[in-house]
Amino acid sequence: MYGINMAKGLLVTLKNLTKKPFTVQYPEERVKQHPRFRGEEFVWYEERCTGCASCAKYCPLGIIKIVTTPSETAPAQGDKYRLEVFDISINRCMFCGLCVEACPYDALYMGSGFEQGQYSRKNMVIDIDHLRNADKHPSTFFRPQLEEMSYDPRAGRPLHWQEVGRESWQWHQKEKAGMKIERPVPSDLMDQGLPLDSSFVEDSKPKPVQVEDGE
Amino acid sequence: MSCVLTPDNILYDTLLFRVIYEWVGGVLPCGLSYAVSGIAIMMLLVNGVLLGAGLFSWVERRLIGRFHNRIGPNRWGPFGALQPLADLVKLIFKEDLTPRGADRILFSIVPVAMLAPVVLVMAVVPFAKDTALANLNVGVLYILAVTSITSVAVFMAGWASDNRYALFGASRGVAVLISYEVPVVMSLLGVVLVAGSMSLDDVVSAQTVPFLLVQPMAFFVFFAGTSAELNRTPFDLAEAESELIAGFHIEYSGVKFALIQAAEFGAVLTSSAVMVTLFLSGWSGPLSNYLGWAWFLIKIGVLAFVFSWVRASFPRLRIDQLLAFAWKFLLPLSIINLFATAVQVYCFRDSTGMLDTADLWIMAAINFGVALGCLLIFGTLIKEKVRPAGPLTGATFSTGEAD
Repeated sequence: MYGINMAKGLLVTLKNLTKKPFTVQYPEERVKQHPRFRGEEFVWYEERCTGCASCAKYCPLGIIKIVTTPSETAPAQGDKYRLEVFDISINRCMFCGLCVEACPYDALYMGSGFEQGQYSRKNMVIDIDHLRNADKHPSTFFRPQLEEMSYDPRAGRPLHWQEVGRESWQWHQKEKAGMKIERPVPSDLMDQGLPLDSSFVEDSKPKPVQVEDGE
Repeated sequence: MSCVLTPDNILYDTLLFRVIYEWVGGVLPCGLSYAVSGIAIMMLLVNGVLLGAGLFSWVERRLIGRFHNRIGPNRWGPFGALQPLADLVKLIFKEDLTPRGADRILFSIVPVAMLAPVVLVMAVVPFAKDTALANLNVGVLYILAVTSITSVAVFMAGWASDNRYALFGASRGVAVLISYEVPVVMSLLGVVLVAGSMSLDDVVSAQTVPFLLVQPMAFFVFFAGTSAELNRTPFDLAEAESELIAGFHIEYSGVKFALIQAAEFGAVLTSSAVMVTLFLSGWSGPLSNYLGWAWFLIKIGVLAFVFSWVRASFPRLRIDQLLAFAWKFLLPLSIINLFATAVQVYCFRDSTGMLDTADLWIMAAINFGVALGCLLIFGTLIKEKVRPAGPLTGATFSTGEAD
């Protein structure tokens, strides 16, 4: 009969009237965000970066610009490059995360933010100073070690460069050789103030290594 | 010097007017105080309707928001209650555009012509005991006459705007208004028959049983017809946003647009007031000698809620469905209702031609049966007309090349 379904429609809206609205009042409250969210504000650890520019090579849009110079701190051991320029132009970035997947040293992470609106295109380029000084809240995208820590970028504290990486290769080699070693959890190490690995230096600036002449 | 109204004056029954008149008459000469109190009471009425329209625009937006599981305007003022004020300020500061090809005089008259009938209707509606502005003995006729000005205003807007969308909207609107005027008038005749008077005061005092129960079919027809005449969402073809952008008021901006919107929201309240008076026993209720106005406002609120509820629920009808609904469904219903009521009144009336409460209850029972039967029969019949049965064949959509 004509009208029965109209009455049903009225009932549906009346039921909705009694429900709680699902609107999220954005500036005051936010939707809960997944830790694996691929956000803006790339997180970069200069201490972990060798300047290999894998991220720039893998970027399908070619929006990462890297300029390096030899640091000339330890040419004999295989020099670590010093980064002069690390520009990520996020106005064309599609947040595919390939740069993060490409990074062999876990130096680059996706960020966790989404509120980087700007009034000018010039401001859409994240430069090296911004990357150095930003709060490090890395997304757990393509970084299972962060998920094992059950790290939540929006709720957790900023992470130090020694906490974020995969285990260093020395641990790995020893385990391969059959040595059962008790690995400290990175956060415990941080509490004790110990460096994760002796080959890394606590100080962010690479210390000059003295090289004898003739070798 | 004091002025006293004589009982033969048309405004003698209006308690509010008499009080103001005698109070002002202590200071001013009688002729002047008559004018002053008339203007004062009109200001009260106009501003009351406009204020109510502003408030209702916020209430309705909040309500529809909640019906849609949203929140609605809640930023400005407590619970967003100052939203109408913000809208008004925004619209006042906007540029008041007139299209180059527009008929300037007609174009400017339209907002007033839309708003005037809305306010004028309230003149005969009794808010409480003896508080109608004018107790006309042809109140129902007056309401019907005044509200049909709206169709002229709608067509004026469409014609004067020099815009095809506006003209489409206006011609649709006039088609709707003319079609729905017929069943609405027919349904009111039943009420007038039972009440035995066209004066709204007498209609209210005749409702020892609310006419919603005595005339359920008339109420349904009047409700559907009124919401069509108000251009509200299931019937808002005249201003269909998705088809005609804004319909007849597409070219209006600034204060004129504000007036048209105020007229539309105010029309909901005034037609609710008319329905409360005609079908929900007006201001009567417990303690109605003192709280009549409160009962009146509460009943208006309930009806306005139903209007918002219907608006939030239904999608827009097609124009053929709309006219089929008027001519093939509402008009037969109202004619049957009028016929049944006439027979009942003829059988039940006493020697003075009046009906007592017991008669009204019996009529209510009979009319509910009639309404149910008619809704079943005509509901089944109209289904075929509105939505043809059977699968759609390819020929329906063929371009004509194959045929």
